[in-house]
Amino acid sequence: MFELSRRKLLAAGAAIGFAATSVAPAFAQDGKETVKAAFVYVGPVGDYGWTYAHDQARQCLEKNLGDKVETSYVENVAEGPDAERVIRQLAQDGNDIVFTTSFGFMNPTIKVAKQFPDVKFEHATGYTTGGNENMGLYNSKFYQGRAVLGTIAAKMSKSGKAGYVASFPIPEVVMGINAFQLAAQKVNPDFKTQVVWVNSWYDPAKEADATRALLSQGADVITQHTDSPAPLQAAEEAGAIAFGQAWNMESFAPNAHMTAIVDQWCPYYTGRVQALLDGTWEAENVWLGMKEGEVEMAPFNAKMPEDVKEAAQKIVDETKAGTYEVFTGPIKDQSGEVKVPEGEVVPEGDLLKMDWYVEGVQS
Amino acid sequence: MSLDLLVAILMTVAGAATPLLIAGLGELVVEKSGVLNLGVEGMMLIGAVTGFAVATSTGLPVLGALAAMGAAALAAAIFAVLVLTLMANQVATGLALTIFGTGVSALIGAPFVGITTPTLGPIFPEALTASPLLRLVFGHSPLVYFGLFLTFAVWWFLNRARAGLILRAVGESDTAAHAIGYPVLKVRYLAVLFGGAMAGLAGSYYSLVLTPMWAERLTAGRGWIAIALVVFASWKPGRMLAGAYLFGLVMTMELQAKAAGFNMFAPEVLAALPYVATIAVLAIISAAKRGGANAPACLGKSFRATA
Repeated sequence: MFELSRRKLLAAGAAIGFAATSVAPAFAQDGKETVKAAFVYVGPVGDYGWTYAHDQARQCLEKNLGDKVETSYVENVAEGPDAERVIRQLAQDGNDIVFTTSFGFMNPTIKVAKQFPDVKFEHATGYTTGGNENMGLYNSKFYQGRAVLGTIAAKMSKSGKAGYVASFPIPEVVMGINAFQLAAQKVNPDFKTQVVWVNSWYDPAKEADATRALLSQGADVITQHTDSPAPLQAAEEAGAIAFGQAWNMESFAPNAHMTAIVDQWCPYYTGRVQALLDGTWEAENVWLGMKEGEVEMAPFNAKMPEDVKEAAQKIVDETKAGTYEVFTGPIKDQSGEVKVPEGEVVPEGDLLKMDWYVEGVQS
Repeated sequence: MSLDLLVAILMTVAGAATPLLIAGLGELVVEKSGVLNLGVEGMMLIGAVTGFAVATSTGLPVLGALAAMGAAALAAAIFAVLVLTLMANQVATGLALTIFGTGVSALIGAPFVGITTPTLGPIFPEALTASPLLRLVFGHSPLVYFGLFLTFAVWWFLNRARAGLILRAVGESDTAAHAIGYPVLKVRYLAVLFGGAMAGLAGSYYSLVLTPMWAERLTAGRGWIAIALVVFASWKPGRMLAGAYLFGLVMTMELQAKAAGFNMFAPEVLAALPYVATIAVLAIISAAKRGGANAPACLGKSFRATA
């Protein structure tokens, strides 16, 4: 299925180089005594998912740096023009650094960054800074966690079909679906992943109904790329298994919750604010994963069979060691055509503009 | 299509429709009395969080639902004082009530994030829900049955009860009703409180039945759909029932079609279906004239008693 405008836009703008920036800044900046940091959230801090994880990291940052940092946040900011107003306001209010934490905040952040060259901006999950030297990009390799979920799903599923509650067909989500399916396929070559788009990051009732629809049509494992625990609850109710999103959601579904991908932003936020304090901050484009501790798995459910635990842990260990990469060829697309030849690994730049599904994904 | 699947779909439809129906019927009565309360979303959120808080604290979801009605009615009372006694603009005050409800529910709900609650689940014994067809009849939350009962009760009240006729008179011509001695403001106060209680109950349906948890903005805009359904139903309870279930059906079919791998259209097209259906039905109703322009004549107007 195609979702043209957003994809085209991404493909056009995605000349992304992922050169690891060497430290040693060309011009030494002056350090600061204290830093004012602001955060812009797309959802409510009480969503217990994506935004909650960012806010936990903000609180952790305050704890780590004590009186040297002062933080504030604005929640429930709509992606689009309203975001620009909020970001500009935060820049005007004398913040030294503004973290904008949703894909749709990218363009507003670029615009405001141009107007406030002395303020630093960091955008999560975007692909371009529009040439601003005071704007950095950061993201996590959540897809590494998705590969663990896919492995567990294929090992535990009886019907061989997983239901995937997804938000929007942007590369971040497409990449996650593919990683999940690829890992599942390695366990069970006939495994299928059925995607339902709910066209929202956060709509608990709709996420729950989408889950019920998937379960009634033969899926017995549920995974999600939306932000509320509602799919987990619906899976629990039906006796299926599911996974948490962004945070450990075990309390919502003690039986269904096998594990969760936990977003750990705290080390990154602490590091960046510390760099500002030291005067070593530079615009970077970082994409960290399990190895760096930015993506973690929640403890495996005690009900998970031993062999499944072992298989899942093996993926985690090998990912950390750098010996496992889920996007390694041969990879076929939905039509069965080989898209990535044997032994080749999809480059990071291509992952970040991914707009095709692997074999076995039904969307 | 197997029977199991059909029943599963219909059960989901009832689940999606019930909160819209209950909140919509509440708002219908409010509007029939001549008051436009756009604060349904806010009152639903207050109901959702109160219901959840009380249910988790006491372990009694029924108490939670009752508390939800009380708390939302309290919020409605603030609205009533502002627009009826102080004669503030109803549209602006209603919007303010929604913003207030969103904020205050987040505040009350902060300690309840991340936990789950006993639910207001099916009331009939499990033996009665063994087969799919029986499940379709007996397998619902009590609120689903309450929604159906409420439709009848509101219809009866507005068309057969003396008090209901007085309420309609107040909504159609407040000055005339006042002149023959009916207590216009008292009627409107009671209507607004009733609307609040129903919005609160509908909100608690989310936090106690559909998605038994509390998260900010849990109702995700359903209050606005309930308000739109009042117009859609042209202020008639029977049509409100049809509208709510139709809306629930379209919302569910959208997801079912996607889950079945039906991908003839882009997902956005299917997601737009409920709204396309709304516009289509509104256009048909308006074109049919009868019942189209059925809005209470005094809707949204302030009333000042003159001697």
